[in-house]
Amino acid sequence: MNAVISVIGRDRVGIIARLSNICAENNVNINDITQKVRHDTFTMIMWVEIPEGEKDFAAFAKEMEDAGAEMGLIVHVMHEDVFDSMHRI
Amino acid sequence: MLNRRDILETIKMIDEEHLDIRTVTMGISLFDCVDRDVDAFCDRVYEKITRLAGNLVATGDAIAREYGIPIINKRVAVTPIALVTPGYSVEDMLKVAHALERAAITCGINFVGGYSALVHKMATQSDLNLIKSLPRALKETSRVCSSINVATTKAGINLDAVKLMGEIIRECAEATAEADSIGCAKLVVFANVPEDNPFMAGAFHGVGEGECVINVGVSGPGVVSSAIAKHPEADITEIADIVKKTAFKITRMGQMVANEACRRLDVPFGIVDLSLAPTPAVGDSVAHILEEMGLERCGTHGTTACLALLNDAVKKGGTMASSHVGGLSGAFIPVSEDAGMIRAAGEGVLTLDKLEAMTAVCSVGLDMIAIPGDTPASTISAIIADEISIGVINNKTTAVRVIPAIGKDVGESVAFGGLLGEAPIMPVHRESSEKFISRGGRIPAPIHSLRN
Repeated sequence: MNAVISVIGRDRVGIIARLSNICAENNVNINDITQKVRHDTFTMIMWVEIPEGEKDFAAFAKEMEDAGAEMGLIVHVMHEDVFDSMHRI
Repeated sequence: MLNRRDILETIKMIDEEHLDIRTVTMGISLFDCVDRDVDAFCDRVYEKITRLAGNLVATGDAIAREYGIPIINKRVAVTPIALVTPGYSVEDMLKVAHALERAAITCGINFVGGYSALVHKMATQSDLNLIKSLPRALKETSRVCSSINVATTKAGINLDAVKLMGEIIRECAEATAEADSIGCAKLVVFANVPEDNPFMAGAFHGVGEGECVINVGVSGPGVVSSAIAKHPEADITEIADIVKKTAFKITRMGQMVANEACRRLDVPFGIVDLSLAPTPAVGDSVAHILEEMGLERCGTHGTTACLALLNDAVKKGGTMASSHVGGLSGAFIPVSEDAGMIRAAGEGVLTLDKLEAMTAVCSVGLDMIAIPGDTPASTISAIIADEISIGVINNKTTAVRVIPAIGKDVGESVAFGGLLGEAPIMPVHRESSEKFISRGGRIPAPIHSLRN
């Protein structure tokens, strides 16, 4: 399934390294990344593909969110359809 | 591909503006459970509800987790009980209430709706026995919700039922006096009740419905309020457009969740109810939307106009976002469940009379309003009669859910906790309506009911 991972918080070294590592460990393929730092605030959005049945979605999402929290970041892992339904007719 | 601004907007709506799916409600028909023997009926009801809704909570939670959108309530609505309990006594009715309660506990749902009767023209003995059982049923159970339809535009107003409901509401208040009369928070009196409303306490599974259905109620007053706040200089036409666009986005989310819930539970989709349902949380208030439009306080002059615009724009935006719209669809104005309404009522700016005017232009009616504990039954009936008349004449749903706070008076408040919130006790007119209510009979249907 396609998911969107959003990451927001104070910039620091190693955010992408740590989070993309977790993706790799879970066999989650990153299709696209966009990232910006403005006034010390880091925002990143990753479009990823989570293989069906590989690992529980909830467990992967929690691992990402916990890693984010340790770095002082708010991480959301959400099904892509949420955004499609809201912003595409 | 989606752009980052859209994604961040959605996340902000959920994280900061309280966007959520307020309820996924499963409607279940009980017609095939009918039995002359009450115990056999209760067994079948329990079995059917727990079989069909056994996975409702787990499914709702899984969708919420995967899609990242909170689903606050998972609930069940059943066929109006008075229609499926032939010749049952008051004691039998109480057994049914307890069977519903047990089923709700087993399924892990906080409310089951449909302990209801439709008496808009006249009442059967089953209807009357169900109504008479209400004070005990609502005291002895905590998850069973009841609604009584006392009028329709087609049938007129059953004033005998209105009189009876004033008395019953008082009895329910007294029966649950030690818990701030919470029994009354689970009882709604309706005109033109919808058959597919997913919101409690008025939800039931209508007679024209199928075996089982999923109805979804969306929310999002905080999202609308924030959207308006971003445009302080906008004229009122622009405000209407902003509300429409926001309602569209909120409803699309509701439709998506509804589709997914139906797919996973293998149950047909019924409707999305496009309602702005507030919660007591700060920033999740319909009153604050009206204040954001330019009113110093909800309840002042201009409130009805702002609410009319809001209600209409929500429907216009939401209708296009959903394949089937139904239920109560519009802005809810429950006093105890809305931080802005609580403040305005506490300050005396928002009065019962103003709320009545507001209900002429929005969905539902006089909702979650605490009144003095010594309010006579005939005055409660007269409050119902006024509110129900607005619905009957204007061909819309209206309802009354008032709480006579036993042992309390104006200046005090009642607290229910959770989503039911708290309510300052609002003054009612002290002049008697006794003679009018005691006349009984039926107020004839309005002339525009004859559309044939």
